[in-house]
Amino acid sequence: MKHSRAFWLFVGPFAVGLLVFVYVPIGWSLLLSFFDARNTVTPTEFVGLGNYADMLTDGPFLQSLGTFSVFAAFIVPLTFVLALALALLVNQISFMQAFFRSVFFLPTACSYVVASLVWKLSIFNGVRFGLANTVLGWFGAEPVAWTVSTSPPWYWLVLVTLRLWLQLGFYMILFIAGLQRIPQHLYEAAWIDGASRGWQTLRYITLPQLRTTSVAVLLLLLVAAYQAFDEFYNVLGTDRGYPPFARPPLIYLYYTALGSGGQDFGHGSAGAMILTLLIAGVTLVQGKVITR
Amino acid sequence: MISRRRLLSAGAATMLLAACGSNTGRGGDGQALRQWYHAYGEPGVQQAVERYAKAYGKVPVDVQWNPGDYDSKLATSLLSDGGPDVFESTLQISSVRAGQLVPLDDVFGDAKSDFTASILAGHTADGKIYGVPQAVDMQMLFYRKSFFAQAGVQPPSTVDELIDAARRLTTGGVKGLFAGNDGGGGVLGGPALWSAGLDYVRDHQVGFDDPVAAQAIGKLRELYSSGALLLGAVKDWAEPDAFTQGLVAMQWTGLWAVPAVQKALGDDFGVLPFPKLNAGGKTSVPVGAFGAMINAKSKRIDEAKEFVKWLWIERTDYQEDFNLSYGFHIPPRKSLAEKATKLTSGAGAEAVKFVRDNAKASNPPDWTSVMRTAFNDAVSRVVRDGAKADDELKAAAAKVKDELKRLYG
Repeated sequence: MKHSRAFWLFVGPFAVGLLVFVYVPIGWSLLLSFFDARNTVTPTEFVGLGNYADMLTDGPFLQSLGTFSVFAAFIVPLTFVLALALALLVNQISFMQAFFRSVFFLPTACSYVVASLVWKLSIFNGVRFGLANTVLGWFGAEPVAWTVSTSPPWYWLVLVTLRLWLQLGFYMILFIAGLQRIPQHLYEAAWIDGASRGWQTLRYITLPQLRTTSVAVLLLLLVAAYQAFDEFYNVLGTDRGYPPFARPPLIYLYYTALGSGGQDFGHGSAGAMILTLLIAGVTLVQGKVITR
Repeated sequence: MISRRRLLSAGAATMLLAACGSNTGRGGDGQALRQWYHAYGEPGVQQAVERYAKAYGKVPVDVQWNPGDYDSKLATSLLSDGGPDVFESTLQISSVRAGQLVPLDDVFGDAKSDFTASILAGHTADGKIYGVPQAVDMQMLFYRKSFFAQAGVQPPSTVDELIDAARRLTTGGVKGLFAGNDGGGGVLGGPALWSAGLDYVRDHQVGFDDPVAAQAIGKLRELYSSGALLLGAVKDWAEPDAFTQGLVAMQWTGLWAVPAVQKALGDDFGVLPFPKLNAGGKTSVPVGAFGAMINAKSKRIDEAKEFVKWLWIERTDYQEDFNLSYGFHIPPRKSLAEKATKLTSGAGAEAVKFVRDNAKASNPPDWTSVMRTAFNDAVSRVVRDGAKADDELKAAAAKVKDELKRLYG
């Protein structure tokens, strides 16, 4: 097919941007992953799969992959169920629906950095006048150092509530869009056949009809879980680096490749490739299992 | 055939891309030397460095002020051809090994002996000096005299006394000590090693591969689990807010905080080095200094050298102004540090003494990010999770050993 001039006018700049800022860096990163590339992006010392072997035997990196697989196993179903529940509720109500939709969607527009700082500095700071500690104080409890204490690991509470607040609205909108595409006559037919309004229609009509949306949401959630960076970096990172717990793979790679005191692009790139393969693999398996 | 319009739109796209990528503050080739600073927090520093640059007669100098993540920006720019000619930084052996820096031994001349030796050592790698120290920063322990008097506690001179003091000073809404929101592992890891007479790295060998290290780091765990630490403060250890607001009796922070503390508390505070663990150990203060360095990719290395020599070695009046007129630093040159009036009494004078007698490099050039991550992870696990210090430090030592082997063979 011959594309018109207008096609290239509109698509061209975007395609060039994609090529220059996405595909070239990916290719370059792949290349770097086979070299000893310390403090240089034009390395000369080829090391083959050495960087990959190092990363696959590197304790902290494997640990971060492990931690975030567990994190994904929790956060993906949790966000999924809550977003779906929210969407069903908002879709049900007959008054001020647009208002509620906007209210729940609004946090999506908030910057991760700003939200992280609000969570870290005002809601969950460790001093007695922090919001969460003030509430605890009403019940006579001692202040809790939310982002510091590792036993119990309260920092998960901070990070998970933050992530839910930021993301729920977006996935809710996806589900609402899916819900509104379900033809009304299906429900009507079901009611005539005697299906009850609650669980039965949800189980036999709504959920099956939402399958495509669900697969998309799960996929996005999974990728987002492995790509965690912003709120973790801003809540738990300090000027002394990042603690060894709840360290997302991307943060570990960020410190490896760009940390002060040694830019190791070879190992960083190898880690990024491993992570990419992992995300692609898990996504494919998930897609297969769900659409079967 | 390419139509004119298509050519134009392609041209516009390239120009757009070029505009995105090349904002390096370059004043045009062959004209001005490009000099980079990170954004100092104190008002007046930017105007001061611009004034110095203007006063240089030989070649024009463009000063670029870099707010935000200076380290990453600098490191990235050093990989490209668009970096500065002259810049400030701390020294990392990785930059030396990558050939990014120009040795500066020859610009010092007779002035070399006037620089504090420990500071100069922080800018030396593989036997060569790569930076001319500009200003010395150091960390120390601030304590509230009135709180100590009230509780009848003496300023601590050993680590055990420090833990004991922190415990006894924890009453009601006041905690004993604030040493960072990570529970002290980040800033006190080094001082804990030094308190036992150990170090990060010593003569290209692991400096903490010793059973005593576990004891030293174990003390940080004791401190953490004593309930006497303030955790999760709004501002971290580098800001004295927790101390000046009376939330703590002691805080680990830096010399830079002295003006703010003085303003808030007047004379009601004292300063101490990190105490020693045992008879074999030493009291210590971590020091660091930004130094002026020259980019090996610069096309005008000789001119840059001459400028650095003029600004940071010959013009002692500027060094004095830079160190003492805005924030609160110690001039790296002994002759200047001695005559500075701000540093002859009170906390300033104490700090000069600590630096003279107990200085330890907070981030030595051969302490790479791999080593730092391994050590900090170990300390964090010991301090916060109560992991076994012996095992954790041994694992970290093995990693540091590998990295040292890579560096020095």
